[in-house]
Amino acid sequence: MYVYADNAATTAMSRAAIDAMVPYFNKVFGNPSSLHSMGQEAKEVLENARQTVANCLGCEPREIIFTSGGSEADNQAIISAARIGAKKGKKHIISTAFEHHAVLHTLQRLEKEGYEVTYLDVSQGHNITAQQVADAIREDTCLVTVMYANNEIGSVLPISEIGAVCKEKKVLFHTDAVQAVGHIHINVKEQNIDMLSLSGHKFHGPKGVGALYVRKGIVLTNVIEGGAQERGKRAGTENIAGICGMAAAMKDACDHIDENMPRVAAMRDRLIEGLSQIPHSALNGDSVNRLPGNVNFCFEGIEGESLLLLLDMKGVAASSGSACTSGSLDPSHVLLAIGRVHDVAHGSLRLSLSEYNTDEEVDHILKVVPEVVQYLRNMSPVWRDLQVGKRQYIL
Amino acid sequence: MALYSDKVMDHFMNPRNVGCIENADGIGEIGNAKCGDIMKIYLKIENDIIVDAKFETFGCGSAIASSSMATELIMGKPVSQALELTNKAVVEALDGLPAHKVHCSVLAEEAIKNALKDYFDKNGIPYDAEQFKETDHEALHDHVHGE
Repeated sequence: MYVYADNAATTAMSRAAIDAMVPYFNKVFGNPSSLHSMGQEAKEVLENARQTVANCLGCEPREIIFTSGGSEADNQAIISAARIGAKKGKKHIISTAFEHHAVLHTLQRLEKEGYEVTYLDVSQGHNITAQQVADAIREDTCLVTVMYANNEIGSVLPISEIGAVCKEKKVLFHTDAVQAVGHIHINVKEQNIDMLSLSGHKFHGPKGVGALYVRKGIVLTNVIEGGAQERGKRAGTENIAGICGMAAAMKDACDHIDENMPRVAAMRDRLIEGLSQIPHSALNGDSVNRLPGNVNFCFEGIEGESLLLLLDMKGVAASSGSACTSGSLDPSHVLLAIGRVHDVAHGSLRLSLSEYNTDEEVDHILKVVPEVVQYLRNMSPVWRDLQVGKRQYIL
Repeated sequence: MALYSDKVMDHFMNPRNVGCIENADGIGEIGNAKCGDIMKIYLKIENDIIVDAKFETFGCGSAIASSSMATELIMGKPVSQALELTNKAVVEALDGLPAHKVHCSVLAEEAIKNALKDYFDKNGIPYDAEQFKETDHEALHDHVHGE
């Protein structure tokens, strides 16, 4: 048995998404900017896909810009809001300490340009409150950008409440919803969201395609120049096949949230319940407001990369926030932000499920993970020190 | 291409000489949990020969494979030869390590040197302190990861 439990990294494409793409590789392959019928047919397909995406979010088609993915959408949303703010002399931005790097690195770039960013603390309940946002808003705040749901630890943020705060205080509100779309019901109008980023491959669509919702009236700054595509806001010949695949996957996912997600959440809860039995472990992320597919634990005394390699050999594909898997000196900034110290942050494991997972697969994970954790603890000098009292347990 | 060579995977999946030695003649430990690597080496030495070597490691796949290989390389060898073990020899015996994992082999070399130093200290055997100069691991880690 080989269990794919890394759906927060990427997902398998659905049959619907693949079938939706195929005609646009070599049958209707025209450029939507071309005047001939082949091009115009492609243009029509593109606009249909835009309508589909808009329907899923509760907005108008003209408020959707197709991008190369979530990262590009995040970059463009934040830079656009920053430029709008600068024109009014507002250069303060509010975000959180556990955003994706697509947001954090864009904010760091703006800080170098003289913007000031407040990173809200996420150590209380591994989440933020709308009150924290309200308290941080100043006269010169031009943007609140907080993720809809955290990619590593699964916390789902109080987006509707934050939207209400931003509306009242008249501050632009962007959310990186890459992990939420297709898993949680979203309505940008009801939730007062001004801008929202999404990515096709997190809900069984293709990689390399995403979208940015921008409420009409908000002027975007171009990140990619070179043509009049996407109302002049994003140059480059449209990735028709990718966009169609994403739209089909998104409709499929959004239409079936009420059927799929309770079943995924039940598998998640069984994993959390089972893995909590491992001594000296701790669940990371909000235990109540949580993505249906996210399980994230720290296991004391072991290191994440060796855990992942062994799990892979035993038929479980997962991920970790250890330094050795991130390629940097420090473990995941998300785990550090919620207050895990380095020693235990290195021993983290993320399992992320989708509706393609089964109860048998959950059984397999529940059998294998405790065995592998014990095996690694048995060869760990840290574990020995903990057991003989030479080192104090943290978890 | 796989992350690690077959040799590394073999020593990671089937590590040789895992465990501890009660009443070891020399014990060496290196690294810290904050960085995510700790290696501990136990040696049994009789008549100047390493008759047993065991390790415990907290760390990534290459750290476990490096400690396993290092204990194999010194097993049955005279102390003088064990002292000459280099991280390069560990890397070569493993058919290579990815560039950002080479520091794991340095940890293995130094854990063994520390265990030998402990043996010398316990038995009042004179040695040249120059041989046991420790690498600055934070700096090494920074250098390796380019941060």
